[in-house]
Amino acid sequence: MKNYSKLTIANHEELVMGISPHPVRCGNDLTIGDGKVYPEINFTLPTMLITKETFGEVRKHYTEMMSNILERSKHLNVPGLVVEFEQLPPMTETPEWGAEITELIKTKLNKFYDETNIPNALRVTVLDLRDADHPPLLRSGEPTEKTLKGFELCAQAGADILSIESVGGKEVHDQALMYGDLYGMVASLGILAHRDMSWLWNQITEIANKYDIISGGDSACGFSNTAMQLAGQGMLPSVLAALDRAASAPRSLAAFEQGAVGPSKDCAYEGPIIKAITGYPISMEGKSACCAHFSPLGNIAAATADLWSNESVQNVRLLSGNAPEAFMELLTYDCRLYNTALDEGNALMMRNMLVKSDIPHSVEALMLEPKVVIEIAQSIVKNKGGYNQTKASVQTAFTAIENALQQNVLSISNIEREWMDKLKKAIDAMADSEEEALDYLKTMYGDVFKPEAYGL
Amino acid sequence: MSDLLEKLSICIERGKVNEQSPFPPDLKGELGADELTKQALDEGIAPEAILNESLMIGMRKVGDKFEEGKAFIPDMLIAAKAMNAAMAHLKPFFESGEVELKGDFIIGTVAGDLHDIGKNIVRMVLTGGGWNVIDLGTDVKADKFVETLQQYPNAHVGMSALLTTTMMQMETTTKAIKEVSPNTKVYVGGAPLSQDFSDKIGADGYFPDPNKFIKHLAAVA
Repeated sequence: MKNYSKLTIANHEELVMGISPHPVRCGNDLTIGDGKVYPEINFTLPTMLITKETFGEVRKHYTEMMSNILERSKHLNVPGLVVEFEQLPPMTETPEWGAEITELIKTKLNKFYDETNIPNALRVTVLDLRDADHPPLLRSGEPTEKTLKGFELCAQAGADILSIESVGGKEVHDQALMYGDLYGMVASLGILAHRDMSWLWNQITEIANKYDIISGGDSACGFSNTAMQLAGQGMLPSVLAALDRAASAPRSLAAFEQGAVGPSKDCAYEGPIIKAITGYPISMEGKSACCAHFSPLGNIAAATADLWSNESVQNVRLLSGNAPEAFMELLTYDCRLYNTALDEGNALMMRNMLVKSDIPHSVEALMLEPKVVIEIAQSIVKNKGGYNQTKASVQTAFTAIENALQQNVLSISNIEREWMDKLKKAIDAMADSEEEALDYLKTMYGDVFKPEAYGL
Repeated sequence: MSDLLEKLSICIERGKVNEQSPFPPDLKGELGADELTKQALDEGIAPEAILNESLMIGMRKVGDKFEEGKAFIPDMLIAAKAMNAAMAHLKPFFESGEVELKGDFIIGTVAGDLHDIGKNIVRMVLTGGGWNVIDLGTDVKADKFVETLQQYPNAHVGMSALLTTTMMQMETTTKAIKEVSPNTKVYVGGAPLSQDFSDKIGADGYFPDPNKFIKHLAAVA
């Protein structure tokens, strides 16, 4: 297990798009983080059921999406690309289906490389089925077996990068989030989610090593992106969602401690913190992902990205062509711009423009500001253990928000300011020890989680 | 409204569960919804008056604040928690039929879908709003909704889905429900949905936020 006690990127000016101290070579001759930003295209089915009867149609959709995407990539002469196949529930429920689509996509990518010499790689994101039971068992049971089998079969079928949006700790975090209980959020991420990540990613890395492919990275999507979406709809305070973002970083770092090497998942907005700590490349999504969800991070998300993604888009017809092909074009043009900035030595200027354009509008965007990212990352590596790291990252993020408000870098509504007071009290009341924090979780949320699911 | 009922209503609105609860800080050490409801019953105030002239008013006020952007979901759920503490004292009166709940509501995430935070928010807000909620959990097949409806024939049904590949299960489930019980109201919610989709599958409505939904239910119940 790796222990990160210092930052790989300690100077915020070195935290830029397209450049990672430890680039990742994978797939068909693609090196990620080597000085270029590459598109990572992701796509999904239109509204339809996935059954044995419709699986022929499912195949046709993936074949069509891949043909269109590769045709557009060739036409625009992309310098390289990553295709992400994010599995839908029936594709992990029946892992053979997921493997079949993996093989279909990989075959097309190989042929494309033979014909064009354009470097490429396939990321397969297996769906985490392990929260099917309530409370989830996580380490045992059929959903766990199927999830792990999904990785094995997809690795055999041609995946180049393995990923997942894992859900350990989410059953507690959901409850805490709904009640605005920051202590519960921090403890569920720092203790439960962190422990589950370590358990799961140790096995994913083992599978990746067995097939000589890449153990990519995870995303706190079910945690902090849920918070971001609820905040975007006015259901939660944005300041709470911002702190939750910072709190998710030690949890996602656990994958790298267990051998993941990036690129981290596109929806992991905690990615810049991971990049500063580990030096591995990250995938990000911003305005390019508005086909899947809205966010306050449209530009700033690109500031430190090594892959630039669209999250997911349905295979539906637009005026220009089908949506996945259209989004391939959109990502390619964004990457061209970033790569021109890199080629001409203007990456830092480009990064700063992307950062400055979003910061005044969103406290959540502040969490991705490179100086704040370095401060949060420093607070994580200075501490040991998931809970202490998570608590420290939230304390640092809170101070960064306070400073930004004092300096009028951004403004928030009165009701959000009232929440800042509540959150300050919550941070001050958090226990110093992991044992005490675990007792808090057992007292408050003991009915929704099983300690043994976390090896406790 | 008597002083006691007004005080109780404030406890609901502000989420003061009981004397021990530290929240909200300015009410620390004061009696909460738990103690005040018991006190109201001891003083002979009718359970129906407690429910309608105090508890529901507190819930409505926090709901209105939410709609005006002056409160968040945690404020509503903490209010619902205080409401539940009060309702525990009224339970014998519900069981005897002296006081009636708003009605039964069956809720679940459709087959193939494990997402449940939106469904859980709606469940908690409805419970706090005086509904008897039967939560079937996630990955609920059409048969299960129909079977539960047989136990609660007057219930409304709410379904949630977050995936474009599971939302079509709502059509299957709505058809199954309407086939056995054409008058049952079926509601849908979830990120990829719309009123158009609800109309298309024969459901009775789509609601993007829980407070608007509870107001709609109050109007049709």
